[in-house]
Amino acid sequence: MDITWYLVLSALLFAVGVSGVLIRRSPLVILLCLELMLNAGNLALLAFSRSLGNQDGQVFALIVMVIAACEVVVGLGIIVAAYRRRIPLNVDDLRSLRG
Amino acid sequence: MSATAYGWLVLAFPLAGTLIISLGWKRLPGRSPGWIATAMIGLSFLASVGALIQLLGDPVDARQHTSALYDYASAAGLNIQLNVLVDPLSVYMCLIVSGVSTLIHLYSISYMTSDRGFNRFFAYLNFFVFSMLLLVLAGNLVLLIIGWAFVGFASYALISFWYRRETATKAGMKAFVINVIGDIGMVLAAFFIFRELGTFDLLSIFSQAPNTFHTNQGVVVAICLLLLVGAFAKSAQVPFHTWLPDAMEGPTPVSALIHAATMVTAGVYLIARFHPLFEIALTAADVAALVGLATLLIAATIALVVTDLKKIIAYSTMSQIGYMVVGVGIGAYSEGLFHLMTHAFFKALLFMAAGSIIGAMANRQNIDLMGGFRRAMPFTSATLLIGALALAAFPLTSGWFSKDEILDFAAYRGGWYVIFTIGGYIGALLTAFYSFRIGFRVVFGEPCEEAKELEGGHIHHAEPANPATEESEDTDVGFPGSTHQIAERELPMKIAMSVLAFGALFAGLVQIPGVDDVVHKFLHGSFLDSKFYEQGPTTTAAYRGLLIGGLISVLGIAIAYYAYIRNRGWTAALQKRFGWAHDFLENKWYFDEAIDLVFVRPALAIGRWSNRVFERYVVQGIVVAAVDLVRGAGAGVRGVQSGYLRSYALLLVTGFAGLGLYFLLQSS
Repeated sequence: MDITWYLVLSALLFAVGVSGVLIRRSPLVILLCLELMLNAGNLALLAFSRSLGNQDGQVFALIVMVIAACEVVVGLGIIVAAYRRRIPLNVDDLRSLRG
Repeated sequence: MSATAYGWLVLAFPLAGTLIISLGWKRLPGRSPGWIATAMIGLSFLASVGALIQLLGDPVDARQHTSALYDYASAAGLNIQLNVLVDPLSVYMCLIVSGVSTLIHLYSISYMTSDRGFNRFFAYLNFFVFSMLLLVLAGNLVLLIIGWAFVGFASYALISFWYRRETATKAGMKAFVINVIGDIGMVLAAFFIFRELGTFDLLSIFSQAPNTFHTNQGVVVAICLLLLVGAFAKSAQVPFHTWLPDAMEGPTPVSALIHAATMVTAGVYLIARFHPLFEIALTAADVAALVGLATLLIAATIALVVTDLKKIIAYSTMSQIGYMVVGVGIGAYSEGLFHLMTHAFFKALLFMAAGSIIGAMANRQNIDLMGGFRRAMPFTSATLLIGALALAAFPLTSGWFSKDEILDFAAYRGGWYVIFTIGGYIGALLTAFYSFRIGFRVVFGEPCEEAKELEGGHIHHAEPANPATEESEDTDVGFPGSTHQIAERELPMKIAMSVLAFGALFAGLVQIPGVDDVVHKFLHGSFLDSKFYEQGPTTTAAYRGLLIGGLISVLGIAIAYYAYIRNRGWTAALQKRFGWAHDFLENKWYFDEAIDLVFVRPALAIGRWSNRVFERYVVQGIVVAAVDLVRGAGAGVRGVQSGYLRSYALLLVTGFAGLGLYFLLQSS
């Protein structure tokens, strides 16, 4: 089975995710783009799994999904909390870790 | 009970006394700590007697017993047990140490009665005796060094007992530092022994040594010389002797304890205990004997001119220890150890008598101020004269038998060993002279003011002051107490001195050549492997030696009689005529100055140089450079931490992309 097109799609999705993280300033969108990157990785894992006839890749994909769900829960929680406290939702303004 | 069980009891009682007094000193009423301490040492003496009786029941060649309480350290081929060695030599030492110490404790109860540090004094005193007994009974080198170091600490604590006196604290420090030099010698010797023989156990060392080393092999000579450093520092032999006269700053019973029973004899014991090594390293044994000879002559000459009563006796101790070191150095073990015993009696007695006289003089110690105490203090005068007679080796006193046996043995060894006989007799002449310098000047002659006051029934009282510097003091804790004790009015002092006077007069009778030889026969069990022990001068030669020694003693006393009774101005005239010699001796052969010049000043100069140059430029330079480096690196890296989340993300992405690219290129 030829997996070239799957991998190309995965790479494209990953690139879109990365550029989103780098360009956008809203934490909500950055979180969405992170999800995109994770799922691009999942796609590649599944493609390789089917290609090699090995189920391990699918298990990995499942684990990644679980972790992604957890991450979203925490991330969205932080965003909602920040919104309620009237903290500006702009990552360029949140610079208190500046050295 | 077995002999070793008694050995453990000997150690247990003084330790218990130390703990009881030091933990309960606030609750114990009145003078009870003194009585507890005395009782504990007395019980220790009884346990020693028990061990003696057990040993006498054994055959002569099976009198060495060891017993281990538990493993002290056990790892990697090293097995150190907490064990005691009970054999004739250690039991003999225990008997002397605990016996004489009991009497000194008893004396101290009266002597220290008005001192505010009474309880502390007895805690230290018990600890001192415990340390010495531990040293003597130790079954391995590690335990021996522990006891050795404890003795050093205890002497420091007691010499500096009057801790508000600056001279006393300085003397304590001096004693401690010199003792630590000796400890270093001991520890290095232990390392060498372990490297060569692989054991610290005394009996295994002695049984393996003859098979491992050959005569005068370099390493065994080095071991013995290092042991000698320890022995000389503890026994105040030249050039490590300067602490001993200064140690007179401690209370008089402490002087008696250090000089008679506990401390200075440790070096003699060490050489006798390690005789299997010294008989292989004959050069080291000769070095020991030569140093002993030098010490006995140097100390005897200094004792001719010193005017402090206690210091004269201190120098006489150095001199007598010199005889013992000569004895054990040339192989006259039982003779040297016999002198150790008789010396313990008459030296403790002399110090006690001196303490009584110092009490009557209201703590002043200069013999120029004293005189004519024979009517005011008949008991003290009699005991002082008995001590002086024994020290002068007057015929039939204990010192006569013991000292001359050592010199006879040197003559028996023949060859160049005769110098020990000749030097010893010269020393004996000087000893007889200076011991009666004390006797005639203090006891006879015109009574001084204090003696007259005492004849009127009142002990002289002076404003409390440091006898060395005349600085005024109070009588609170850290200084001597307010009252002065004399033996005439204190029963414990009288009892202690009477027993010692008896010993000083008659202890020599246990070893009359050719008649009983009790000490020699008893100690044989510890010296089975010695090639010198069975040898010795014939009975005729021994009696000839005793005759010569007796004549020399009488001659010395006669000169002293001429100088201090018949022709009073003679010594002053001599002093004027030979001013340079008097100055030389008065300054103690300039040993303090020489040590100051060779060691103390260079050490201080190096210290100052290090502070000024090394510390400022090298150490501070390294520290400042390190600080600058860290600060500069931090400033460089800080720019990256912009706080922009997206720049971190970019760095991460480019980093991973770079890494990925690198591995791709590598794998293709």
